[in-house]
Amino acid sequence: MTFTRRQAIATGTGFAVALALPLPARAALEDTIAEFTAGAAVGEGGITLTAPEIAENGNTVPVEVDAPGAVAVMLLASGNPSPDVCTFSFGSLAGAQRASTRIRLAGTQDVIAIAKMGDGSFTRTQSTVKVTIGGCGG
Amino acid sequence: MISRRDFLQASVAATALYGASGAGNWARIAAQQALTQDQLLQFDTFGNVTLIHITDIHAQMRPVWFREPEVNLGVGAANGLPPHVTGHDFLNLFNLRPGTPEAYALTYQDFSALARTYGRMGGLDRVATVLAAIRADRPDALLLDGGDTWHGSLTAHRTAGQDVVNVMNALAPDAMTSHWEFTFGLARVSEIVDSLAFPFLGANIFDAEWDEPAYDPFKMFERGGAKIAVIGQAFPYLPIANPKWMFPGLSFGVREDRMAEVVAEVRAAGADLVVLLSHNGFDVDRKLAAQVPGIDVILTGHTHDALPEPVQVGKTMLIASGSNGKFVTRLDLDVQGGQVRGFRHKLIPIFADVISPDPEIAALIEAERAPFRDELEEVLGTTDSLLYRRGNFNGTWDDLICNALIDEREADIALSPGFRWGPSLLPGDPITREDLFNATSMSYPQAYRTEMTGKMLHTVLEDVADNLFHPDPYYQQGGDMVRVGGMGYRIDVSRPQGRRITDMTLLKTGEALDPAKSYVVAGWASVNEGTEGPPIWEVVENHIRRQGTVRVDPNKSVQVTGA
Repeated sequence: MTFTRRQAIATGTGFAVALALPLPARAALEDTIAEFTAGAAVGEGGITLTAPEIAENGNTVPVEVDAPGAVAVMLLASGNPSPDVCTFSFGSLAGAQRASTRIRLAGTQDVIAIAKMGDGSFTRTQSTVKVTIGGCGG
Repeated sequence: MISRRDFLQASVAATALYGASGAGNWARIAAQQALTQDQLLQFDTFGNVTLIHITDIHAQMRPVWFREPEVNLGVGAANGLPPHVTGHDFLNLFNLRPGTPEAYALTYQDFSALARTYGRMGGLDRVATVLAAIRADRPDALLLDGGDTWHGSLTAHRTAGQDVVNVMNALAPDAMTSHWEFTFGLARVSEIVDSLAFPFLGANIFDAEWDEPAYDPFKMFERGGAKIAVIGQAFPYLPIANPKWMFPGLSFGVREDRMAEVVAEVRAAGADLVVLLSHNGFDVDRKLAAQVPGIDVILTGHTHDALPEPVQVGKTMLIASGSNGKFVTRLDLDVQGGQVRGFRHKLIPIFADVISPDPEIAALIEAERAPFRDELEEVLGTTDSLLYRRGNFNGTWDDLICNALIDEREADIALSPGFRWGPSLLPGDPITREDLFNATSMSYPQAYRTEMTGKMLHTVLEDVADNLFHPDPYYQQGGDMVRVGGMGYRIDVSRPQGRRITDMTLLKTGEALDPAKSYVVAGWASVNEGTEGPPIWEVVENHIRRQGTVRVDPNKSVQVTGA
């Protein structure tokens, strides 16, 4: 097997894969976050997102958020055509600020959770969920 | 870094040595004089607790040749750490000398020549002799089976695992965990589990609908005055790496938080020693040990690594006991007041010509084989080449399978999954149907034939590569790299998904693959329900019969960088 440089360049270009999100999707994600936070700064910590590392079925991926003291938690699937999954609201009588659901993921992506806390501050966390096309388990 | 030149040199060196040493019984006799059963079993009993670990037997109840990997790359934090050390580096790391029985058992170099010198390894009748010796020292030793036990042979396939279950029951394990067991289907697993005298553990197996534990997470034992919790962890990615429709309603996953909860639970219940009987794979266990405190010993499995010494991660000891019955680990521990005060460890190599078979177990194995003997022993052809599978990239067994798929199914490109199971055959060995099944036996063997575009093939290769070379082991899903026939490619294992695979080339024309063009692709073991085609063993048997004597040339079409 021999490669000419030209062939190598040609195949390299042909198989180049865009890893970054397409621009419109990224804009949609940022807009959705900005709408929820009204542009306020978003910190970290105080929120736990539980999701599988690799989805067993990309059509129904179990995720759980836990944010003690939150009044609302927004869940985002950053790589979906429409990233806004849902927002959980917790009333003052809620015993725990925890919720779980199952979401569909279009492909490997970060799932993001942003909590609005009782004092009006925001905090976020994220977790990468891999959606594979399946294969060969040794 | 591994270059194409290294691959070539390694294969050339092995060939040269085989040619020079030849075969001869004198060498084996010399080995038998040098190696004795007493020496292999020698162990000064220590402390108050003995654990015996065996894993990934893959239904190999009789002695086999099994060549350890030549290429086993670690990525991220695991780069250069055991078990990602092979050949000379492995020998140097553990102070072993080339050409010794240990070098033969644990590395790939000069495999054919050393195999003729030291003989086959494994055999559950030999394992039984080792167990009897350990139990004579310590009658209440715990025997723990790490899973991938019931699958991997013709007889296991025909009896849906019953032959192995019968023999293992005679060895009397105290607990097991699982992976390929589930490819017999959930109903069959339930039927066998109900019949077992010991627990089938899986802390990470959940009912998918209700998100509730589906199997016992742990079992408590009392040994030598200590309370021992054995927690089981099944292979985390069963529904992704194997056909999930065969065990509907079950969910797996690493579930690190769940493991932390179970460890806390058993500690609260008074466990002095916490043992994780795991089928995670070594790198996942290494990360888990660092993330979840409170586990004293992890008996690792899945990745088939054999390490002559434990690997220490914080206060956790990781044990790797190999595969295919080649090794049994004995671990003696001094457990006092909830703490491990000391240990003594031995990875016992099961040299089949040195350790005498236990007659009762040998008879039992023969009885299980008897109904299938004619079929098992039928010779299909001969191999001129060493046939082996294990390694990150193409091995000769899969090259043979890919050649068969291309020839018999008239395909441009063949794909063979990167399984880690499947023993080896030496140059000159006859290939029996048993040997073929040892490399192909499974419950979803259909050899498919389909069309894929160059772009799709690239996506497939990238997907599988990420399952092996993702820097975070929790994102590593399964086996070794998919083996490819009819196509060459270059892989930089250090790059992210989508950018590792380049220079895909159709070998028959030497042209670059066109992303837009469709190619005829043949493969087997698809995880998709409803896959159609003849069983892979029929395809390969036809090919072997047509060839008479098979010869597999060294594969130079995969070029690896970035390690």
